[in-house]
Amino acid sequence: MQSNAAAPAHPAGVPPVPQVAAHFASLDVQQHAARLGMWLFLATEILLFAGLFVIYANYRFMFHDGFAAASRHLDLMLGTVNTIVLITSSFTAAMAVHYAKEAKNKMVVVMFVLTILMALGFLVIKYFEYSHKFHVGQLPGPYFSDPNPELQVAGVPMYYAIYFLSTGLHGFHVVIGMIVLGWITIKANRNEFSGRNYTAVELGSMYWHLVDLVWIFLFPMLYLI
Amino acid sequence: MSPSSSAEAVPGAVPAPDEHHEHHPSYLVDGTTVKSWLLTLDHKRIGVMYLIWVLLFFLIGGTYALVVRLELLTPGPTIIDAMTYNRAFTMHGVVMIFLFMIPAIPGAFGNFMLPLMLGAKDVAFPRLNLLSLYLLLIGAVIAIWGMINGGMDTGWTFYTPYSTHTTTTVAPILFGAFIIGFSSIATGLNFIVTTHTMRAPGITWFKMPLFVWAMYATACIQVLATPVLGLVLLLVVGEQLFHFGIFDPARGGDPVLFQHLFWFYSHPAVYIMVLPSFGVMSEIVAAFSRKNIFGYRAVAFSSLGIAFVGFFAWGHHMFVSGQSTFNAGVFAVLTMLVGVFTAIKVFNWVGTVYKGAVDFKTPFAYFCGFLYFTVFGGMTGVAFATASLDVPWHDTYFVVAHFHFIMVGATIMAFMAAIHYWFPKMFGKMYHEGWGLVSAALIILGFNATFIPQFLLGNAGMPRRYYEYPERFQTLNVASTAGASLLALGFIVSAIYLVYALVYGEKAAANPWNSKGYEWLTESPPPTHNFVGPQPIYTEEPHFYVDPQKAEEPHAV
Ligand code: HEM
Ligand SMILES: [Cu+2]
Repeated sequence: MQSNAAAPAHPAGVPPVPQVAAHFASLDVQQHAARLGMWLFLATEILLFAGLFVIYANYRFMFHDGFAAASRHLDLMLGTVNTIVLITSSFTAAMAVHYAKEAKNKMVVVMFVLTILMALGFLVIKYFEYSHKFHVGQLPGPYFSDPNPELQVAGVPMYYAIYFLSTGLHGFHVVIGMIVLGWITIKANRNEFSGRNYTAVELGSMYWHLVDLVWIFLFPMLYLI
Repeated sequence: MSPSSSAEAVPGAVPAPDEHHEHHPSYLVDGTTVKSWLLTLDHKRIGVMYLIWVLLFFLIGGTYALVVRLELLTPGPTIIDAMTYNRAFTMHGVVMIFLFMIPAIPGAFGNFMLPLMLGAKDVAFPRLNLLSLYLLLIGAVIAIWGMINGGMDTGWTFYTPYSTHTTTTVAPILFGAFIIGFSSIATGLNFIVTTHTMRAPGITWFKMPLFVWAMYATACIQVLATPVLGLVLLLVVGEQLFHFGIFDPARGGDPVLFQHLFWFYSHPAVYIMVLPSFGVMSEIVAAFSRKNIFGYRAVAFSSLGIAFVGFFAWGHHMFVSGQSTFNAGVFAVLTMLVGVFTAIKVFNWVGTVYKGAVDFKTPFAYFCGFLYFTVFGGMTGVAFATASLDVPWHDTYFVVAHFHFIMVGATIMAFMAAIHYWFPKMFGKMYHEGWGLVSAALIILGFNATFIPQFLLGNAGMPRRYYEYPERFQTLNVASTAGASLLALGFIVSAIYLVYALVYGEKAAANPWNSKGYEWLTESPPPTHNFVGPQPIYTEEPHFYVDPQKAEEPHAV
């Protein structure tokens, strides 16, 4: 669906002329289609997580005390840092679009590299959170083995099941996002974007905003309430 | 975007080289290597490949069905043991639902016709379209691998906690269904974007053929419901492998929550299966009554209406799950709303036939069968929606007969009608009309003979999914099995004359039915980019037939 698949070789510094695929009436229509497709795809992603939110709400209702106790044992500090990291990375991703429109491909590269680095930082922090939980036995379902008396409440293992499922699924999306942004960075490095042709940058950062948005829901759901 | 097509440059750049080339081979012969088919980005070839695959899946699912029916010939063990029986009906359901009914009409006819009906050269994302076909096949391979290596005995609804504890191979089959879900989402997404962005000048929203409206409504459901199914299937696989206990009461989980999430998809999914048939039938009833469709907007909007209320009716599968009386009441009313929207369509179809100059060809024969199955099956649905009636009927053969009547009846009628109606367009050949009518009669009779006894069985209290049954149910079971054989015969007959027509059939004219559908404005079969020369001009509505009183008699081909 990318317009520049057939981009001809071009002199350095001059962005290539965007190509319109044979079945589209014009470049505008093609870009409109790409954007609409992305919005729909993001809607399906939100619905995927929505299923987990429903599950969370259901069990929160059933095991109110267990969920409250377990959620107090998450590291609020690390969670907050991670939230800030992701929000910042969303900002740099948005800046990449801004620069792409001005055909400043070097800046697009800079912004996306920053975004990817922050994504990596996010995963590193998650790794420390996870390994602590593994260490003390705060694990899902049958694997739960934390002897801490505060956690001997019905529903605690369920909480950790949901915690690992939702943060795991989110983490998976972070990895996918890094791959997608990395691929677009390579294209930007080849100087491919300009005011007429920045759809890839735009869609890539839309995806990254989604990853951010999902976390913005997960964070209060798991850490705060 | 296809490799054979050239990119069209933006204003100012040189025009593409072969833009005004004179020779335009049909899409069937434009490239004959295996690779030119398997890697094609042409929506028409992708549609044909879908057709071939879903027919194969239909054959697999149908074979399982016959095994089940043969087993039920006698009250005790007949040809297979109980475990094999459980696996057979599960596989029958899984294959038929996920590999036939959901992809069949959108995949084969939606792909082929939607761009033609919109005056577009292709769908918006041809690569995604091809990917969607291969996702279906990958999912199918994984699921079928699971069936061969163990099989699954949960029934196609995968109810927990049983599905997380059974020792049969649940994981690969559910994972296959998960991947098939992605395929379904991709098709839906593609159709929505295509409808929004690729309509030719002159085709406004209210000049779109009704088949397009139906595909659009279907696509909305596919995009909005499938992700939830994806999640729930993944969770069940996870439960099977790691026993997290999300749906397991022994670990504090809630199996009813599984049912909510499952039916949140699967109830709308029944409309994924049936809305495309409504679309096909709206085209056919107009074409063979030679009359503009009665109440075009009502038919178009009721598709969206069904798609919408379809999301709020899932609770009617859970009347006996311990749901509160209040909930049951709410879901009962919401369910009946679906009946209202369906009835709107039925009245409009009947209104279209009324005083039309009916040309009783094979597609119209299927339309008649379709109307009957939809009305009869729909009425049993309304009866089910009455919570107090559902309680005794729930999980009996009455349910089986209900959903086979409406879902299988309507879908098969539409699928067969679509094959016959669009056969000349797709393959440029004509089939034998007489044999068409014979097989339509066999299939419709076979259906009735198969499922009417099942209504009676269910009403008499025979539960679904049982291997053995009391002596007194035998007569009706034998009748049902006999009906199934008749049905199978009908399909065999049509397979024979259709394949014969493919090879030896007469060459079809561009528009053998004198249809006003937009897809007939191009050659049969169409050239690679759908239209030769300038795009047709769309000034008439898609179902605009002249007054039948004044029209010349439509002549047989
Ligand atoms: C229009 C197309 C329809 C299709 C394709 C369809 C399909 C189905 C299917 C597949 C099932 C059984 C699921 C299972 O347990 O395996 C079912 C059950 C049911 N249907 Fe329909 N149906 C349709 C229309 C309706 C209508 C119009 C109504 C009510 C107004 C209705 C009400 C019900 C109810 C209440 C059940 C649950 C029965 C039970 O399990 O006790 N259906 N339907
Ligand atoms: Cu339902």
